[in-house]
Amino acid sequence: MDTLSILVVDDEPGIRSGVLRILKGHTVSFPFMDDDYRFECREAASGEEALVILEDAPPDILLLDNKLPGIDGMEVLEIIKQKQMDIMVAMITSYASLEIAAKATDDGAWDFIPKPFTPAELKSSIDLITKQYFLKKITRTMKEEGKKIRYQFLSVLSHELKSPLNALEGYLQMIRNRELGEGLHDYDAVLDRSLKRVDGMRALILDLLDFTKIRLERKDEKIEKVDLRERAQLALSTIKPLAIQRNISVSYTGEELYYEADPSDLDILFNNLLSNAVKYNIEGGRVELSVQQKGRTVEILVKDTGIGMSEEEVAQLFKEFVRIKNSRTKGIDGSGLGLSIVSKIAKLYGGHIHVESVPHQGSEFSVVLPFE
Amino acid sequence: MKEVKKTILLADDDPDMIFQMKHHLESWGYEVVAVESREEAERYLEGACPDLAILDLMMEEEDSGFILSYKIKKCRPEVPVIISTAVAAERGISFDMNSPGSRTWIKADHYLEKGFRMEQLRLLLKKFLN
Repeated sequence: MDTLSILVVDDEPGIRSGVLRILKGHTVSFPFMDDDYRFECREAASGEEALVILEDAPPDILLLDNKLPGIDGMEVLEIIKQKQMDIMVAMITSYASLEIAAKATDDGAWDFIPKPFTPAELKSSIDLITKQYFLKKITRTMKEEGKKIRYQFLSVLSHELKSPLNALEGYLQMIRNRELGEGLHDYDAVLDRSLKRVDGMRALILDLLDFTKIRLERKDEKIEKVDLRERAQLALSTIKPLAIQRNISVSYTGEELYYEADPSDLDILFNNLLSNAVKYNIEGGRVELSVQQKGRTVEILVKDTGIGMSEEEVAQLFKEFVRIKNSRTKGIDGSGLGLSIVSKIAKLYGGHIHVESVPHQGSEFSVVLPFE
Repeated sequence: MKEVKKTILLADDDPDMIFQMKHHLESWGYEVVAVESREEAERYLEGACPDLAILDLMMEEEDSGFILSYKIKKCRPEVPVIISTAVAAERGISFDMNSPGSRTWIKADHYLEKGFRMEQLRLLLKKFLN
């Protein structure tokens, strides 16, 4: 149960005590809210008194009479607007002229409660205001979260792009200053390392392109009936050279199966899963890919005999730019975007990705995509 | 009398940074202990103490450098710590001071933004170690 504070501003004591009595014990619940709301009321008999309270301990909701002896309701409302105070205001008015209504709405009043009101009328106004309050709060949180995520993404991205640049710059300076000797051969190692960083940066940029592409809406005109076996085998042939280099056997099982999708999405999905399975494997290990229909879904399963992950590492896995760093992953390159891309594609088609992993034994990634 | 070489702990998860920095530091006459993770650095610190530490900020965690700095300063407050990072400049250091409680205990002696000139580092080391 959450509590919202209400300030009732009215010069008639009867109205104030009435509001307090009606709202005492009143709760508001809507199916979309996590929690019910109850109310805690304070009162003020004049605009001046109200302003002191607003300055001191502003309420969430203000029930404001327009006709007050000194500073009137409209002026209070104007001050709230000027100071950009985050308060939901409902005007209590005995005579609602169109002019006042328009002005009050302009200044941010949410509702009008005509005087005299019945308990049911007051409650229904409060329900409405509470709903607005909740929605406003949710929108604000979502905006902040979105900003935070974008901010983090850019920060990490700039870090990931700057690292290879810094490394390259350092090597170029070493070469320019002849730090390692006068002969060209003295710089073989430095040049090899530089080229490796260039490769890494190119891979990051390609992943980034995939990533931004998937961030956008699914493009219906690109959806076609895709032969999953064909796509899987294409991906297998792409990864073959790397697998052979590391003496890793790669096998495939799957029957003829078609799925409605953008073929390039599926290529990205297969390529990422397979390249992870090979990269995070051990010398002489195995990778098994299977693509099968399971009821109303397609299940893509990639199993490896690799280095595996702990539970904490698995929990981090699908975050952007997260690369699991430990003694077992030392020396393995990657952009940290692969699995967030795979997970985004799965979601795009209404599916999901799941992982089971045991350290030092291997991991099993399954992507489940529903048929439409 | 033979001068004893000063030891610098260099922690960075980028092997290229290690390669380059180690080369320069050694050519300036320092002894270098290079590690590629916070974990490795902590293992080294259990049995030894460097004269100065140069720590990369982001290793296993976003704030590995701060954690290490804290641990070094706790038992050896006189050891100068330089934190090098590739994110500080455009974000303000505060970007990586978000982890709970970190604001209160971050006590590095100097921040270096990666991409710094080696001459800059050489002068800094001279200031701290002589």
